[in-house]
Amino acid sequence: MPNMSLKKNEMPVQSAEKRAHNFKEVALGYTAETAIDEAARCLNCKNMPCVAGCPVNINIPGFISHVKNGEFEKAYQVIAESSSLPAVCGRVCPQETQCECKCVRAIKGEPVGIGRLERFVADYHNEHCTDSTKAPKQNGHKVAVVGSGPSGLTCAGDLAKKGYKVTVFEALHKAGGVLVYGIPEFRLPKAIVEKEVSALTDLGVDIETNMVIGKTLTVDEIFEMGYEAVFIGSGAGLPRFMGIEGESLKGVYSANEFLTRNNLMKSYNPDSSTPIMHAHKVAVIGGGNVAMDAARTALRLGAEKVYIIYRRSMEEIPARKEEVEHAVEEGIEFHLLCNPTRILGYENADDRRDPKNGSVIGIECVKMELGEPDESGRRRPVVIPDSEFTIDLDCVIMAIGTSPNPLIKSTTPGLEVTKHGGLVVNEETGETTKKGVYAGGDAVTGAATVILAMGAGKTAATAIDDYLSKK
Amino acid sequence: MGYRIVKKKPLNPTVTEMDVEAPFVARKAEAGQFIILRVDENGERIPLTVAGYDREAGTVKIIFQIVGATTKKLNELNEGDCICDFVGPLGKPTKTDGLKKVCVVGGGVGCAIALPVAKKLHDMGCEVHSIIGFRNKDLLILEDEFKKVSSKLVVMTDDGSYGRQGVVTVPLKEAIENGEKYDEVIAIGPLIMMKFVVAVTKEYGVKTTVSMNPIMIDGTGMCGGCRLTVGGKTKFACVDGPDFDGFEVDFDEAMERGSMYKDFERHAYEETCNLFKKEVESDA
Repeated sequence: MPNMSLKKNEMPVQSAEKRAHNFKEVALGYTAETAIDEAARCLNCKNMPCVAGCPVNINIPGFISHVKNGEFEKAYQVIAESSSLPAVCGRVCPQETQCECKCVRAIKGEPVGIGRLERFVADYHNEHCTDSTKAPKQNGHKVAVVGSGPSGLTCAGDLAKKGYKVTVFEALHKAGGVLVYGIPEFRLPKAIVEKEVSALTDLGVDIETNMVIGKTLTVDEIFEMGYEAVFIGSGAGLPRFMGIEGESLKGVYSANEFLTRNNLMKSYNPDSSTPIMHAHKVAVIGGGNVAMDAARTALRLGAEKVYIIYRRSMEEIPARKEEVEHAVEEGIEFHLLCNPTRILGYENADDRRDPKNGSVIGIECVKMELGEPDESGRRRPVVIPDSEFTIDLDCVIMAIGTSPNPLIKSTTPGLEVTKHGGLVVNEETGETTKKGVYAGGDAVTGAATVILAMGAGKTAATAIDDYLSKK
Repeated sequence: MGYRIVKKKPLNPTVTEMDVEAPFVARKAEAGQFIILRVDENGERIPLTVAGYDREAGTVKIIFQIVGATTKKLNELNEGDCICDFVGPLGKPTKTDGLKKVCVVGGGVGCAIALPVAKKLHDMGCEVHSIIGFRNKDLLILEDEFKKVSSKLVVMTDDGSYGRQGVVTVPLKEAIENGEKYDEVIAIGPLIMMKFVVAVTKEYGVKTTVSMNPIMIDGTGMCGGCRLTVGGKTKFACVDGPDFDGFEVDFDEAMERGSMYKDFERHAYEETCNLFKKEVESDA
């Protein structure tokens, strides 16, 4: 008999008061009993609508059936057929717009907690599985992967399993890409990312850090070194700013910088040599996952007040639902339908050497209302005249997206980009306009999700295998 | 693991030169580019401009002033020790195409960065005049090296303990007023020096390139920490620079941004010094 409860089993979490002061993971994960109980809510629909909602088409009812029977390792093997990073995706996928929104149970009540079950299964496997992956027999072909974020790790893993000798080139000193520098510890523990990376090295993948492709080596030089195909998963690029007055004041960060200091460079840890501002009052501009991550990081660094300033309403906010809920619980204040017009700085006209000169003291915003839908289908925010107001602050974090990194494009003849700067690819294969070069993830799409990048890495791995086996 | 220091040489009490084994960087490095290094696991990433390279030996020369905790720790390493991370070459090389006569202006440790540019210009047959300035005689570096690549060299010290007394803009202004026709002035040094060099050259309309060295983290065009306002637009020193048109750079803003972590840096430096002092005492 299925469990007909209309609600999902709740995810145990650290209390909001407690977690607002530490960097440990917020969600604690289901127990085996809860997982089995939640799995029993799945009706095992024949037409599997949830699978169509998954960018990598995990056999969701298949793995959930195993969970129902307490066969957690078997459940893991089902997920592993389609996903290389289940412990990551169970935590960071926006399930509410993917698998779970297609769930039949969601018509009346809440959908099955697919994400929570995926996370449980992956964690169970990581905790209990002892047999390490063996490197498969090599087929003699060499492939290079640029970037060790979700798309690169996935592409490298899939190719290594097929017997390719894969080298991953990473620009930073640590592998993992956005999983390491971007997503904070409290949402995705770094130990999980390290485990995924070491699973790749067990498969025989070489990871070369401190290699900036486009600078240290060019794509053409990689081919000269004997690699037969190259996958570019170099991620999103330079942070965008609004172009308003005051964005160069001391105390204005891009979310990328703020998060990199804290996550990659561990500036929350007193042993780290990398400084970060421990601000009192912080505003984060934007409504995506990155904005939520930055706001909640600022809170954990000790801020008394943290605001999210977003120009549309709660309906349109693009962040994952759970992250918005967690942020609200933790006391982050939302200024919705507001847009900054300038950032105010301290200026002591009597003393040019006053060290406070040039520091943020506040932000001026205007109120917005929603007008007609724009090309994205979302209602366009319009300024309400004479609605200016100011908020006192000492730190502003811009989380309004990125524009593509120019390094690879500018040093690789034959690689075409769109007018937005993303690499041009054949969506079916990930093939770029240069022979033997494939691409995926944010380098193609601009800022998107982990799972979409992973899907692109998989697609490209299949296409690279086709290409090289026909060669 | 890591990048081995094959040679270490103090140039003065506060400035050290190191040759570091980094073959991939050495193969590609050009004057004007920079590297990012991390001394150890908990270390911060700091940018240092390439002061030279030996493509055959696979080494890159860095010259740094001991100003903070990281450079202090770096200076504690000796020949044979390894630097944890060393990545590059980053940024765009200095543009030298078509230059026939250039005045290279270096200030303090900035001379270490100015030298490879002067050398490159000299090697391509450009006439190089160099003006290098220091606080005092003890801090003078690379005089002989500059002599070799410059048809004219002026050394300035703030206190007059060596060469001429005064700041670098004095002989620069004299040269221009005496009719020296420079295609370009390339100024590398403290922000305040570059600001004043530009104030002089702007008056006479002599094109001026400056090398900016803002706070950086990744150095590859990801974090945006190194942004500057150039010609009213936001530019990123790591991918758009580090060289910029001096007439367009907002130096005052760059100076303010550079002071953002001053308190943290001072504190970290004192702690590091105390740590090394304790080690020395316990060794004794």
